[in-house]
Amino acid sequence: MSEAGVIHDIGYQRYEGPRLGRFAMQQALYVHGLRAAFGLGRSAKAKIFPWLVFGIMLLVAVIAAAVRSVIGETILTYTQFTVQMNFLIIFFAAIVAPQLVSRDLRAGTLPLYFSRPLRAADYVIAKYAAMVSAVWLLLGVPQFIMFLGGAFTTKDGFKGVWNELGDLLPGWGFSLLCALMFAGISLLVASLTGKQAFAAGGIVAVFLVTTPIVGVLSSLPSTTANQLAFLASPPFLLIAVGQWMGGDFEIELGRFGPVYGIEAVSLIVACLLILLARYRKVASL
Amino acid sequence: MTIIVTDGLTKTYGGGVTALADLTVAVDAGVIGLVGANGAGKSTFIKIMLGLLAPSGGSVRVFNLDPVTQTDQVRARVGYMPENDCLPPDVSAAEFVTHLGRMSGLPKTTARERASEALRHVGLYEERYRQIGGYSTGMKQRVKLAQALVHDPDLLLLDEPTNGLDPAGRDAMLSLIHRIGNEFGISVVVCSHLLGEVERICDSLIAIEGGRLLRADRISSMTEASDILAVEVADGTDELAAALEQRGLVVTRDGRMLLVPLESDEAYDRILHAVTDLDLNLHRLDQRRHRVAELFTTKETADV
Repeated sequence: MSEAGVIHDIGYQRYEGPRLGRFAMQQALYVHGLRAAFGLGRSAKAKIFPWLVFGIMLLVAVIAAAVRSVIGETILTYTQFTVQMNFLIIFFAAIVAPQLVSRDLRAGTLPLYFSRPLRAADYVIAKYAAMVSAVWLLLGVPQFIMFLGGAFTTKDGFKGVWNELGDLLPGWGFSLLCALMFAGISLLVASLTGKQAFAAGGIVAVFLVTTPIVGVLSSLPSTTANQLAFLASPPFLLIAVGQWMGGDFEIELGRFGPVYGIEAVSLIVACLLILLARYRKVASL
Repeated sequence: MTIIVTDGLTKTYGGGVTALADLTVAVDAGVIGLVGANGAGKSTFIKIMLGLLAPSGGSVRVFNLDPVTQTDQVRARVGYMPENDCLPPDVSAAEFVTHLGRMSGLPKTTARERASEALRHVGLYEERYRQIGGYSTGMKQRVKLAQALVHDPDLLLLDEPTNGLDPAGRDAMLSLIHRIGNEFGISVVVCSHLLGEVERICDSLIAIEGGRLLRADRISSMTEASDILAVEVADGTDELAAALEQRGLVVTRDGRMLLVPLESDEAYDRILHAVTDLDLNLHRLDQRRHRVAELFTTKETADV
């Protein structure tokens, strides 16, 4: 360790410049979180998994676009892409959410945040926004590549591009819904433990363990049970909401469409409120 | 300038545990030692000053701001170094301190500049680009101090800054704190349960025990010379004691030392004569100073 007081020591300088408000801090924390989600500014090890997932999804999008341009048929719609990539998104969330929240818990960094003007709500909003953006980018960028593939090979000129855009935007919207839901659940699970491996396992468990319940409910001899089965698992809930909003997933919801919409919204809101309550408690440690 | 004023500050936790009871102090700028045993209420006091906890009774003002209602203004002017480990292992110190600078509201480039400045001031140079996980405890403590310093606060709250350091590291940390208090013009509250070490660097001292104020004063007035002479000789202490009593002095023994009240300067002469008459080797003859530690052994001085 070097000793203090070398030649270049010009003494301590007081800072008279501007001090930004809480909104700027929130933004800085958001950008920091979004970068961390993709391992930017972290070690090479932290980059492997996010970029691996991102790479696979890009590959799928490129293949889908290529196949479509060759055979001239859509093999994967934008919303179907989001649903098909479900497992990869769960995998991604299980890696990124612990990076964003569990890490701060583990290292005990939170007292450093909350002894600054930043509040628990600012922290939760910034982290949630970062996680939502990360998941949305993960889906939105490949979707955009599929759009480019479709738009450049269209035979209807400008009208074809316009139609394609009309397909892309709901696709992006659906991806956003997916991001909002997955981010809320995975952050909530990750915020409960400082151990990243536990958090990752917990997230995967929440998404996957609930799947068999859907299977059981779907095979019951009651139509109502069948139509409400998808409530039991977040990935299926997402599909159901997509169906209700006019998607083409070939599942039968009957008259329960709105129930799924309400559950999706309540789920997101509940996750955020619990997160907030949790960090309120941590912040006053 | 008075920076911290409390009036009847009381904090009772949910379970009925009283962490602070009726604490009334007014603290001047400078290096302030906050001393007390574990569980005396030091950390609670710091958290109240940061607005992390609301007091159950009484009031506290930091820079004449109320931490409960004017939290942001107080926190913008205060830097906090927690006691526990609080550094992520997988980022470099430069990046981490820059990030926390931004969390204090510094613009991006300023945060980067001030982060490397702060790290330089605490004595981290090229190491700052290495990951924190590979740092020694001493370097980690320095990073913790740097993050408290990065936004140029007017007051630093340091919770046990010498925790886990070896003697050399302790000395380095203490002299660093002394420099911050005296050269940087930043007031520092140093929390410690080791009186001996804060005593060396502080201008004033707040001693608390069981949430109550034991004493708050400037160090100089706590350690002022008392009118007792301490005499120590190689051997023949008993003979000397007898000889001194013969000469009309009241002698009390304190280990190997003899304590003699200093009634007038004549006492020096009488002692010296007694020593030479007995032909003893005089090791020590000095006016005794109160050690601050006496605050804790005898509670006579407590003016609650």
